[in-house]
Amino acid sequence: MSVEKTVTPKLVVRDLNFYYGAERALKDINLTIQEKMVTAFIGPSGCGKSTMLRTFNRMYQLYPKQKATGEVLLDGENILDNKQDLNTLRAKIGMVFQKPTPFPMSIYDNIAFGAKLYENLSRHDMDERVEWALRKAALWTEVKDKLKQSGTGLSGGQQQRLCIARAIAVKPQILLLDEPTSALDPISTAHIEKLIDELKADFTIIIVTHNMQQAARVSDYTAYMYLGDLIEFGETSTVFTNPKRKETEDYITGRFG
Amino acid sequence: MLTLYARRRLINAMGLGISALAMLFGLFWLGWILWTLLANGLPHLTTAVFTQMTPPPNSTGGLLNAIAGSLMMTFLAALIGTPIGILAGTYLAEFGQRGWLAPTTRFINDVLLSAPSIVIGLFIYEMYVLKIGHFSGWAGALALSILVIPIVIRTTENMLRLVPNTLREAAAALGAPQWKVINMVTLRAARAGIITGVLLAVARISGETAPLLFTSLNNQFWSNDLNRPMANLPVVIFQFAMSPYEDWQNLAWAGALLITISVLTLNVLARVLFRQKSTTY
Repeated sequence: MSVEKTVTPKLVVRDLNFYYGAERALKDINLTIQEKMVTAFIGPSGCGKSTMLRTFNRMYQLYPKQKATGEVLLDGENILDNKQDLNTLRAKIGMVFQKPTPFPMSIYDNIAFGAKLYENLSRHDMDERVEWALRKAALWTEVKDKLKQSGTGLSGGQQQRLCIARAIAVKPQILLLDEPTSALDPISTAHIEKLIDELKADFTIIIVTHNMQQAARVSDYTAYMYLGDLIEFGETSTVFTNPKRKETEDYITGRFG
Repeated sequence: MLTLYARRRLINAMGLGISALAMLFGLFWLGWILWTLLANGLPHLTTAVFTQMTPPPNSTGGLLNAIAGSLMMTFLAALIGTPIGILAGTYLAEFGQRGWLAPTTRFINDVLLSAPSIVIGLFIYEMYVLKIGHFSGWAGALALSILVIPIVIRTTENMLRLVPNTLREAAAALGAPQWKVINMVTLRAARAGIITGVLLAVARISGETAPLLFTSLNNQFWSNDLNRPMANLPVVIFQFAMSPYEDWQNLAWAGALLITISVLTLNVLARVLFRQKSTTY
């Protein structure tokens, strides 16, 4: 998997702690995510991998009792700082969720929704942007004749690709994928994995997955987490073939538990 | 000795039987009421009901002024109450997670929801009718709007809470500010439910008598001046049904049937609408 690319740090996490009320869900996390690479977070349920993802776009701030301390540096700037504007941050760091979440509007408007927020595109440019995003998400040929139809009428796999198209239409720098294929059948999953491989030419991708084969297939770097601790982090090939820690080995070989 | 399975089947059959009986008991009265209404009202539901004014005793006439007055006041009440109700309901559902204001508002709204409508009539009488010195259509519309508001607040909040949080997160994750998330995504997803709530509120107020007795009172003649007492179906029915004159009693039956039919239609419409749209979520 390791393609020779020059490695540039994109997101640097320093002493990150996360709390749900009094419960500490992330414990002193330190790691660096490289630009235009795919980084996978694996680990058993409740290990904090989704929580980690939700600190990167500060999604947790929708909920009053959740809080993060430490630093997350995006190109050197701390996004956990109170001065950071949430909406512009989220325009830079897109997210796709576990369950497909099409908005109750047409396929076209689903894609245009995010793009309209920060750019004033002409009708023609918007048409182009929608087509571009749908092509990137490998959905264009399936929906090009029904752009005016509701996005909720698509199949599950198509809805998820619609959500990916919607996220990239904003042209973010980083794409967060929270178990993007766990609700999909194997064919749709294969579609999306292929997509991830193509998208990393333009975007830095961080994916949370329960499926270790998936992590091995799509990622350049893998982080193994357990109970809020980052147990091991390194190049995917190393983590999967020659893990340094016994816990990681137990988990990836299925001996965990 | 019964086996465990046979006993469960017996208990199930008994439970089913008791529920069916309870349903039949309820339906029996409903059927009886509807039957009496149809039997007494339908023969008197003539074109004159829709074209002539309420008559003096022992002469022919219709209910046109009452129908028009009811429509006007109901429409106005919905017009005043709906925006307030939807805005407040949106506040409770979307911003009501923190602070003391939302729980307090919710509590007061619950009280208002179950307040006897006559109390609301008296309130408007004290606050408005006494101040301006006479009964009026405006006072009636105001009293009815106070009945609309809590219903719309409640249904709006409930319907917005049914919208999955993942949808809000998805919109926020694109960098949409909260007002845009609410306007473009959550309110849209809950639209069918909210419209249903408004229809049910209109159905509720179209039969209310008590709040109108102290506010719009009644008017024997045609009037579309909202600053004067205004005829309306519930009060006309109340007055005519209690009278000793047979013509009046017959008109009261016709009016009661009219209200029942329109409330029934509104309810059916609300259900159809909600079922159609709610399948997407």
